[in-house]
Amino acid sequence: MRKLMTSTAIAALALSGLALTGLTTTAGAADKEVQMLHWWTSGGEAAALNVLKQDLAKEGYAWKDVPVAGGGGDAAMTALKAMVAAGNYPTASQMLGYTVLDYAQAGVMGDLTEAAKKEGWDKAVPAALQKFSVYEGKWVAAPVNVHSVNWLWINKAVMDKIGGTQPKTFEELIALLDKAKAAGVTPLALGGQSWQEATMFDSIVESTGGPEFYKKAFNDLDEASLKSDTMKKAFDNLATIVKYVDPNYSGRDWNLATAMVIKGDALVQVMGDWAKGEFVAAKKKPDTDFLCYRFPGTEGSVIYNSDMFGMFNVPKDRKAAQVALATATLSKSFQSAFNVVKGSVPARTDVPDTAFDACGKKGIADLKAANEKGTLFGSLAQGYGAPPAIANAYKDVVSKFVHGQIKTSEEAVTQLVQAIDDAR
Amino acid sequence: MSSVATTEPILTPAKSTPIRARLQNVLPQIVLAPSFAITVVFVYGFIAWTAYLSFTNSKTFPSYALTGARAYQRLWRWTFESDPPSSWYTSITNMAIFGFLYVGICLALGLFLAILMDQKIRGEGVLRPIFLYPMALSFIVTGVAWKWFLDPGLGLEQTLHHFGWTSFHFDWIKNKDYVIYTVVIAGVWQASGFVMAMFLAGLRGIDSEIMKAAQIDGATTGQLYRRIIIPLLRPVFLSAFIVLAHMAIKSYDLVVALTSGGPGGSAWLPSNFMYEYTFKRNEMAVGSASAIIMLMTISAIIVPYLYSELKEKAR
Amino acid sequence: MSAAALSHGQNNRWIGRIAIYGLLILFAILYLMPLFVMLVTSFKTMDEIQNGNMLSLPQAPTIDPWLKAWGETCVGLTCAGIKGYFWNSLKMVVPAVAISTILGALNGYVLTKWRFPGHTLVFGLMLFACFIPFQSVLLPMATILGSLGRLGVTLQDQVGLSFGLGNPTVNLVIVHVIYGLGFTTLFFRNYYEAFPNELVRAAQVDGASFFQIFRRIMLPNSLPIIVVTVIYQFTNIWNDFLFASAYAGSGESMPMTVALNNVVNTSTGVVEYNVNMAAAMIAAMPTLLVYIVAGRYFVRGLMAGAVKG
Repeated sequence: MRKLMTSTAIAALALSGLALTGLTTTAGAADKEVQMLHWWTSGGEAAALNVLKQDLAKEGYAWKDVPVAGGGGDAAMTALKAMVAAGNYPTASQMLGYTVLDYAQAGVMGDLTEAAKKEGWDKAVPAALQKFSVYEGKWVAAPVNVHSVNWLWINKAVMDKIGGTQPKTFEELIALLDKAKAAGVTPLALGGQSWQEATMFDSIVESTGGPEFYKKAFNDLDEASLKSDTMKKAFDNLATIVKYVDPNYSGRDWNLATAMVIKGDALVQVMGDWAKGEFVAAKKKPDTDFLCYRFPGTEGSVIYNSDMFGMFNVPKDRKAAQVALATATLSKSFQSAFNVVKGSVPARTDVPDTAFDACGKKGIADLKAANEKGTLFGSLAQGYGAPPAIANAYKDVVSKFVHGQIKTSEEAVTQLVQAIDDAR
Repeated sequence: MSSVATTEPILTPAKSTPIRARLQNVLPQIVLAPSFAITVVFVYGFIAWTAYLSFTNSKTFPSYALTGARAYQRLWRWTFESDPPSSWYTSITNMAIFGFLYVGICLALGLFLAILMDQKIRGEGVLRPIFLYPMALSFIVTGVAWKWFLDPGLGLEQTLHHFGWTSFHFDWIKNKDYVIYTVVIAGVWQASGFVMAMFLAGLRGIDSEIMKAAQIDGATTGQLYRRIIIPLLRPVFLSAFIVLAHMAIKSYDLVVALTSGGPGGSAWLPSNFMYEYTFKRNEMAVGSASAIIMLMTISAIIVPYLYSELKEKAR
Repeated sequence: MSAAALSHGQNNRWIGRIAIYGLLILFAILYLMPLFVMLVTSFKTMDEIQNGNMLSLPQAPTIDPWLKAWGETCVGLTCAGIKGYFWNSLKMVVPAVAISTILGALNGYVLTKWRFPGHTLVFGLMLFACFIPFQSVLLPMATILGSLGRLGVTLQDQVGLSFGLGNPTVNLVIVHVIYGLGFTTLFFRNYYEAFPNELVRAAQVDGASFFQIFRRIMLPNSLPIIVVTVIYQFTNIWNDFLFASAYAGSGESMPMTVALNNVVNTSTGVVEYNVNMAAAMIAAMPTLLVYIVAGRYFVRGLMAGAVKG
C-alpha cells in the first residue's frame, strides 16, 4: 500500500505539474479566418447563415464552422463555456441576450465600437436591442435579427369555413376558438413544453394587462405587478385558453403543432415568427393559405427576442476578420437576405422591406413603430426579459400551472414571486 | 466464492535475486499507480472543486469567494416542497422510482435473456445484436421514435384503434404522474441488452466442470441456476449494478429526447436538474450542490454494498 | 448445461426448446419495434410522414433520405452529408478503447492476483469514480486541456514537436481514457475474481514474470470480458456528445455524434424526420459492426480442462 501511495503521489504530482505549466502562449489561428460557434445547423437556418459565409468569402475571409445544435442553443452555450475555460475564444458566437452581458462582465468580449461608429449602428439598431449588444458603452455583439412572439398563425381555409374574423380582444379570440370547436376542428394547436407555454403566456400577459404592465412585470420584475390581480387574471386567461387544445398536446414539438395548423387539423397556433418557416417550407402563402395576426390586445407592440453574434476578445491578428464579420452581419443586404429566409425581421430599422412577404412586411413595420413608441419589449420566455435563472423559473411556474401541479391562479402568482425571488 | 476460485492466499512475488525481486515486488503497484493517480486527480480532485463551488456564489462562471451554504439551504427547502412540487422534489422522487425500476428490471431481464441465450440455441449470432442494438443508436433519434410510438395520437394506441381494438388506451407519456414510467420503458429497452451481454460473458466464463459435476449429482436445471450458477455470477451482478446505477444517474438525454422534461417538468431526474442549473440557468453553485448531494446519496447506497461484496471476497 | 440434458424425455425436451425459442423471438420482436418505426420512416417522403400513420409501411418507398443523409445533408454550413465524420470518430474511438481496455485489464489483474494491503480501498475508490457527473467535470477538464494545448504550442516552438497536445482528437482520447478507466477496471477485476489462482501460481513457480503471466495466461482467457469491455467503451465513446461538442466542435475534428446531432437537432428550423432516422442508422453502423464481430467471441470453455491440469 505504501509503495502504491508513493508511486501514486509521484504520478499525481507529475500530472498536476503538467496541468499547470504552459500558461504563456496562446494557440495561434489563421488571421484570415472567422471561427464561428452557432446552432443553426439544419435546412433553412444553415442556408440563411451561408449567405454570411459567402459574403465573407468575397472579402477573402475563410469560415471555420463550429456548429453545436441542441436544446435551442443550450448545447452550444455549454460548449462555449468550455472553450472559454480552455482559453480558446472563437471569433464570434451566436448568443442570446443576457448571455452576452454575462460574458462581457467576465471580460472576454471584444470591442467593436470603432466599426459601430463607422457603420452608424447606434442609429440603425433599436435601443432595446442595444441594451444587450452594448456593454459599458462598447459594442460587444452584432444583432442578426429580431423575432417576435406575439403572433397568431391561422389556417385561412378553416377560418373561412367557420366564418371567423380577426379577433381584436382576448374575448373575441375565445369566441373564435369556440366557433372552431363547434365546427369540430381543434381550436388551438399547442405543444405542451414549458418554453412554448411560456411563450404563449408572454402574449397573454400583455393582452391582459397592456404594454405598461408587461414591461413592469416581465422586464422590470416589479414585485407589486407580479403579484397583482392583473397577473392573476392573466393566469386565469391562460387556464381558459388551454382548454381549447387537443388531448395529446402535452410534450408535442412546436413544429408538429404548426403542422396541425398547416394541415387544417387546427385553427390557430400562438408562436414566434419562426413558425412561418414551416408554412413556407410547406409551400403555403401568407393571406391566401395562412394568416398572421398580432395576438389580440398586443397590436402596436412587439415582444421580441433576437439572435446576436457575440464578439470575443481575440488577439490583434484575428481582429480584422472579426470586424469584417460584424460589419457584414449588420450590412443591409445581409440583414435582408438572411431574414427573408429565416422568417424574422432585420435588426436594423432602415432595411428596405421589398424582398419580404406580407407577414414579413408587417413585422418590419411593427418593429419600427414599436421602437418609436417604446413598446418593444423583451420576451421573458425567450430570455430577453430577465436573466436565464429567472426566465427558466418563470417557465417552470407557467408549465406547472398548465399541467395542473399548480392548481389556482393565486397559487401561481405566489409561486411566480417566490421563484423569481429565489433566482435573483 | 466457489471452491475453485478461492482468492485467499494472495500471490506473493517469488524470491530471487535482490534487485529483480524488489522490482518484481513493486511492479504490480507501479502498473496500477498511474490509473489510480489519474482517478485521484481527475475524479476526486474535481469532486473537491465541485464541492468548493457549491459553497460559493458561482453563477455563469466559477467564482472562488466562499459565501456559505445558501445553495444547500435552497435545496433543503425544495426537498420538502411537494405541493406544488419543486423541480428538485420531482427530480429526487423520480430518481427513486426510476432508479429502482430501471436497475431492477434491467438486471432481471438481462439475466433472464442471458440464460435463455445460453441454452445452446441456434441463431445466437442474430439474436445478440438485436438485443444490443438499442445501445448503438443515439438517443436523440431513438427518443423521437419512442415518442411517436408512445404518443396516443400517433403510435401504438392509434394503430390498435385502427385494427379495431378501440378500448385500448395508453397515454402515460402525456400524464404527469406516469410519464416517468415511459422513461423506464425506453431506458430498459436501451440498456438491458448490454446487461444480457455482461451476464452472458459471465456465464461463459464459468468453468463447465462445475456444472457437469452438479448435473451428475442430479441437480435440476432450476437448482443448478439457483444454487450454483447465479451465486457464481455475483461479481457480474456487481459490475452490472454499477453500470446500471451510473446510467440511471446520468440519464439526461433520455428524459430530454423522450419527454422534453415531461408535462410541467414532471419527468425530470437529478441529472436534468444539475445540467439545467449549472449550464442553462447559470446557477452554478446550486448545480454543484445538487451534484454533491447526488454523490453523497450514491455513496450512501453503494458503499455498504461494496463493503459487503468486497469484504466477503477477501475472506 | 442445456435444459435439454436434464429433461426426462423427448416431449419435455421439445416443449422446453419451443418455450426458449418462443420467448427469445417474442423479446426480439419487442426490441425491434422502435427500429421498425425508424426504418419505415426513413423510407417515406416527408408528405407521407406528416399525413400517415407512424407504423404503417411506406406507400412509395424512397431511398432519397438515405442518400441525403449520407452525402447531402447539412452539418452546420457544410452540406456534404455525414459520411466524412466516420474517420474523425474512428481515430478517436479506437485508441481510446484500446488504451482504456489494456489499462483496465492490467488493473484488474493487479487487483485480483497481486493483491497488496489496501487493494480493496483502491478498487472501491476507482469504482466510485464511475459516478462522477460529467457536467461537473466539463469546465475544470477544459481548463486543463487548454493548458495542455498551450504547453503543446510551447513545445512545438522549442522542440519542434507538440506530442499531439492541444489536438482536439488527442484531447478526447485523454478524456475518454480517464473516465473509462473505472469501468474497464471494474469489468476485468470482477471477471478475474473468478479466475483460478492456481494457474497463476503454477506459472509463477515455473518462473514466469508479472507481464508474462498476464500475456500468456490472463489475456488468452479473457475473451468474453474483452468483448464486453470493448462493446461498452466503444458504444459510450462513439455516442458521447457532451465532451465531443465541448472539446472538438469544429468541422475538421467533429466526431460523428456531434455531426448527427447537428443534423437532427434544430431549434427553429424545419425537421426532416426521414433524413434524421436514416442518418442515425448510418451513424450507428460501426457500433453495430463491433457488436456483430465482437459478439462472435462470446465463447465458452476457454479455461476448461486447464484448471485441474
